[in-house]
Amino acid sequence: MRLAAQLVTSLGRIYGASGLVPVASVQVAGVSYRNLGAAGLEFLRDWANKGARARVPAMLNPAGMDLTAWRAHGIPEEFGRQQLEVIDAFRRLGVMPTCTCTPYLIGYVPRYGEHLAWSESSAVVFANSVLGARTNREGGPSALAAAILGKTARYGLHLDEARRATLVVDVECPLRSPADFGALGYLVGRMAGDGVPFLRLRKGPEELRAQADLLGSPYVPHLKAMGAAMAASGAVGLFHIGGVTPEARELGDDLIALGAVYVRIDDLSLAYRELGMGGGAVDIVSIGCPHASLAELTQAATILERQRVTRPLWITTSRAVLDEARRQGVLALLERSGATVMADTCLVVAPMRHFGFRTVATDSAKLATYAAGHCGLAARYGPLEVCLEAAVSGVMRGV
Amino acid sequence: MRVLYGRVIQPGRASGLALVTAEPISFLGQVDPETGRVVDPHHPLAGCDVTGRVLVFPTGKGSTVGSYVLYQLAKNRHAPAAIVNARCEAIVATGAIISGIPTIDGVDTSQFVSGQKVSIEEGGRIVIDA
Repeated sequence: MRLAAQLVTSLGRIYGASGLVPVASVQVAGVSYRNLGAAGLEFLRDWANKGARARVPAMLNPAGMDLTAWRAHGIPEEFGRQQLEVIDAFRRLGVMPTCTCTPYLIGYVPRYGEHLAWSESSAVVFANSVLGARTNREGGPSALAAAILGKTARYGLHLDEARRATLVVDVECPLRSPADFGALGYLVGRMAGDGVPFLRLRKGPEELRAQADLLGSPYVPHLKAMGAAMAASGAVGLFHIGGVTPEARELGDDLIALGAVYVRIDDLSLAYRELGMGGGAVDIVSIGCPHASLAELTQAATILERQRVTRPLWITTSRAVLDEARRQGVLALLERSGATVMADTCLVVAPMRHFGFRTVATDSAKLATYAAGHCGLAARYGPLEVCLEAAVSGVMRGV
Repeated sequence: MRVLYGRVIQPGRASGLALVTAEPISFLGQVDPETGRVVDPHHPLAGCDVTGRVLVFPTGKGSTVGSYVLYQLAKNRHAPAAIVNARCEAIVATGAIISGIPTIDGVDTSQFVSGQKVSIEEGGRIVIDA
């Protein structure tokens, strides 16, 4: 389609791209009706009516609601109907309604060195950093145009030069939990801006180096949380960890650009403070930003065993992981504790102001960063078990 | 009459009265897609209507959803006639391309004054009637 080609090539020209590169898959953000509005919906319908179709595998970022259980979750009728119209338009455009920020957890695993056009910031940073694929942070329309064209502009993180580290961070404190990784990501994102950080984890965890397959390792929640935080507090699209991530294993210090800035981080207390460490009452607890993996759901179910929540506990995940959790009985355990497990959506894109909550407890540094501006919520930040404890007691303990 | 040359982001010819600001614009939140009015009271153009104007500003900023706001402005017949930027970033470029709004960048935007008659021509040529 002419307009898709024009959009991809013009953006390429702006960024000084050296032509186009075929992409293996596309991930389109800008799905929630809250963000698209009537204008976005009209745009998608226009393109669908003109016959535009994705020619490479293309999938969606989270929507503003669970696409099947939205009424039970209290989503306003009008919003729900418009959201389903958006999904329908994307379907006609040939984009799969996966509605997840973690496509790599439901079988869409990019290969090392493969070129992509993904747009969800946390998925971009995971694909680039942990899997060694190559994608810029595409905007919603440019990702859609790339899907229709099957190509994107070759610039930025598609090229070796832009994948070199601009910031070297010596981390001199231990990292004990995914929340610690999230806090670190928050600090690093602010220092790195849109550059590429190279982390040297001096105090472990040592086992991280031993993982040959990071995506199959127990460190997925840690790496997912850290990358999402960097992409939220900064505009990071790629990080390296010495001896751990694929390009760092292959190239080592050769990945560090000439003129890179060197810094060290001795403790994470500043991050915890800024993300909302203080204890106190909470109205809602959110787990699953980015979308929870099956292992995280299982861990939450184990922690909540024989307990009952007194505050809304919303756990967001992908449809595929939700279905698998149901099959394995994990969903029943979570629901017995009073938790609501939602697919297809997350708090960052849901119409949160409608619900009137004031304070959210979360184990996501990304959500804590966006809570005030995007959701009108004050955040309290802490590890999974502390957040779940808050869901039971109604009060977050200081960490 | 003065002539400037810039880089074509979205081709096309247009003319209109310049509406000029030295502040970046976030179309999401600062411009009402229904009326074309600048609704952010903190923006120097607050209360101005972008409809049919040659909108001159240094660069875009803010949410990528801003591209869709430009699209909606065009659908509602409240789009600027053309856009002139010092540096066009992806949000404005995307919005201009999907909406067909002639757009040129790489121009010294301090050369423009609100109310001047400005014509956008082929090849990135801009004519300012003094």
